[in-house]
Amino acid sequence: MDIPYTVAVRRDTGLNNGKIGIWLFLASEVMLFGALFASYILIRTGSPNWPRGDTVLDYRLATFNTIVLITSSVTMVMAWASLMRRKFGTFRIYMAATVLLGGVFLVVKYFEYSHHLHLGEYPSHSNFFAIYYTLTGLHMLHVFGGMVVNAYFWGPGAKLWEKNPVWFTNRVEHSGLFWHFVDLVWIFLFPTLYLL
Amino acid sequence: MSDHAATHDHDDHASHDPAEIDRHVRVYIMVFVALMVLTIVTVAVSRFHLSVPVAVSVALLVATVKGGLVACYFMHLISEKKLILAVLGLTAAFFVVLLALPVLTHSNGFWIPQPAPAQTDAEHK
Amino acid sequence: MAFPKINMASYWCLFLGGCTMLGSFLVPGGAAQSGWTSYAPLSVIAGTGQTWWLIGMIFLITSSLLGAVNFLTTTIQLRAKGLTFMRFPFFVWSQFVTSFLLLLAFPPLEAAGVMQLMDRVAGTSFFLPSGLVVSGQVLANAGGGNAVLWQHLFWFLAHPEVYVLILPAMGIVAEIIANNTRKPLWGYRSMVYALIFLGFMSFIVWAHHMFMTGMGTTMAAFFQTTTMIISIPSVVILTALIVSLWGGSIRFNTPMLFAVSFLPMFGIGGLTGLPLGLNISDIPLHDTYYVIAHFHYVVAPGTIFALFAGIYYWYPKATGRKMSETLGKIHWIGSLVCMNVVFMPMFIVGLAGVSRRLFDAGSGYDFAQGTMHWNAVSSWGAWIMGLFQIPFIFNFFYSIRNGEKAEGNVWQATTIEWSAPSPPPHGNFAIPPQAYRGPYEYSVPGSDKDFTPQFEA
Repeated sequence: MDIPYTVAVRRDTGLNNGKIGIWLFLASEVMLFGALFASYILIRTGSPNWPRGDTVLDYRLATFNTIVLITSSVTMVMAWASLMRRKFGTFRIYMAATVLLGGVFLVVKYFEYSHHLHLGEYPSHSNFFAIYYTLTGLHMLHVFGGMVVNAYFWGPGAKLWEKNPVWFTNRVEHSGLFWHFVDLVWIFLFPTLYLL
Repeated sequence: MSDHAATHDHDDHASHDPAEIDRHVRVYIMVFVALMVLTIVTVAVSRFHLSVPVAVSVALLVATVKGGLVACYFMHLISEKKLILAVLGLTAAFFVVLLALPVLTHSNGFWIPQPAPAQTDAEHK
Repeated sequence: MAFPKINMASYWCLFLGGCTMLGSFLVPGGAAQSGWTSYAPLSVIAGTGQTWWLIGMIFLITSSLLGAVNFLTTTIQLRAKGLTFMRFPFFVWSQFVTSFLLLLAFPPLEAAGVMQLMDRVAGTSFFLPSGLVVSGQVLANAGGGNAVLWQHLFWFLAHPEVYVLILPAMGIVAEIIANNTRKPLWGYRSMVYALIFLGFMSFIVWAHHMFMTGMGTTMAAFFQTTTMIISIPSVVILTALIVSLWGGSIRFNTPMLFAVSFLPMFGIGGLTGLPLGLNISDIPLHDTYYVIAHFHYVVAPGTIFALFAGIYYWYPKATGRKMSETLGKIHWIGSLVCMNVVFMPMFIVGLAGVSRRLFDAGSGYDFAQGTMHWNAVSSWGAWIMGLFQIPFIFNFFYSIRNGEKAEGNVWQATTIEWSAPSPPPHGNFAIPPQAYRGPYEYSVPGSDKDFTPQFEA
């Protein structure tokens, strides 16, 4: 028995299953990062001498990373738009760009982390670094996860385009929603940790 | 029950009508430019080292606008179905509760003041 | 389900989480021993078992989140034709609201669990204040953390969690009462609105578990007010269930016995929560045996009785055979009496001021001496209650092969699951079912049967 509304939308909700599923999941992710932001607020307001972010962290590297991630969001949505235009080749280019830009983000973060660790700034060093590593670390895991899924749709998963192009387009859209969310979190993380 | 949907079924907000998608792509480019500009703005403002409450308010405002653009246009929330918007509205409400209530509770209480930590947060060896 | 693979992933996460939790009994230093609440700083400095607990929790929370996404999507998208939201059996509504609670309330605990893991393993001080002295030595960590932060994040989940525990139970009881009174539930709409309101309110009451942490009167008043408000929908639901009995043609089979006894037991549990929710009266009662008695009344003769009721009720659907009524009734009467023998005295002990989690039940305290004997009463009740579970366990396994054969709709019920064969084959239904009317069309005037199933044309 086929599962209904996997691809077709259900008339009264106007949605297919995957769209609802991914938004529900993103709602839970909002609460996950929300808890970490709430912790940041409580710990920072309770601290007698919290440093301003740019005195401890490299805000220029992070600005570059912000630009990288925002660009990857654009390439992601363009990848989906290419599929909507039935241009599979263009989709592959944009999707590859998205994955590569994600990779750039991770490489920059690697350099950031190793710089701090080299200076002895481990998570145990202070609560600033504790929350910094936790927030950016969790975000990084999400970047990596998104990259894996996107790479799958660029590579082996793309076979679905031949069999069921609409379903494939929708799945890319849903993966895109996750990727945009990851960008959204960074848009708030960046000023919070690096500028304030 | 076939999953091969009739083409008009799969998406309301962006049909595969080429003109419509072109319009969407123009919007994506405009949003991209806006996001770049706002990124530069938020970094530039931070250089002025405004007082903490002002700096936080400005930074949050800019971030909210940026985030709003990503959500509304890249994530298509501006034309999304009511059900999704309702779920997100509920989530937003609880998100605000989670962020606000602990710090409000903390500021309204009788906490034993903490001694300064063994090593200040700003030092690094 | 809308997402079968996610369903499977949810199960395996649960399995891994369970293995981790059970495995923690075998690590040096033993399992976690900081209470289910795992309060910092004790949990941060506790033995290895606590780390396993945290890892186990991450698996279990992930399992719940995946399940919640699946339940919500399935309920919204894969309802049978004609099954509108207001035609849902009440149990479906309760599972639906429960899934929202899980989806939005669990992630903060997952984040908190990760932070506590970092404190334990990476030496961070999220929850460790400065200058903490352990065994005469000042802890050599950065400090500056906030132990109450853990409490906020924990209780943000744990309060909705208690509604996760009770809502499905209320749903089960509602189904069984409607079925065994042979009449519709009274006040179905009010019950549904109460359920939704309850779910929403459950997110803004959590700090009533934290009245003793030093919060000021403004925030205490806020949380006390929301807590009092949240008792209203609970009362609405319980009242509607009780009123549903009026004028019914009641059948006292085993599921019904458990469902009906749920009502006064949950009533006691709920009402005894009120002095705990008011911050003034919570001061002498917090962390005493009174609290233990309150929450056990809601969860033990509350949720667990509802679960027993559900097992006896749906056993024929799952296996095609009924459990023995005689053994069921023995199980019921023994459990009901013993539950009260175990937990009622704890109200008395708690009111006398005896703290919970004391290794010697308070025998070292003068004020506890007058109520010490009640501990023996509770213990007797507990052991005898354990004995009364034996007929149930035997019944459960024996009836798989030897129970009375149960044809399709053994309880003459109206809800759609009874249109599937018992036990259901792969795919559950031979043809996709359809809903033609509301869920509880019992004793419809002019009908030749005393029930008109939802799924019959």
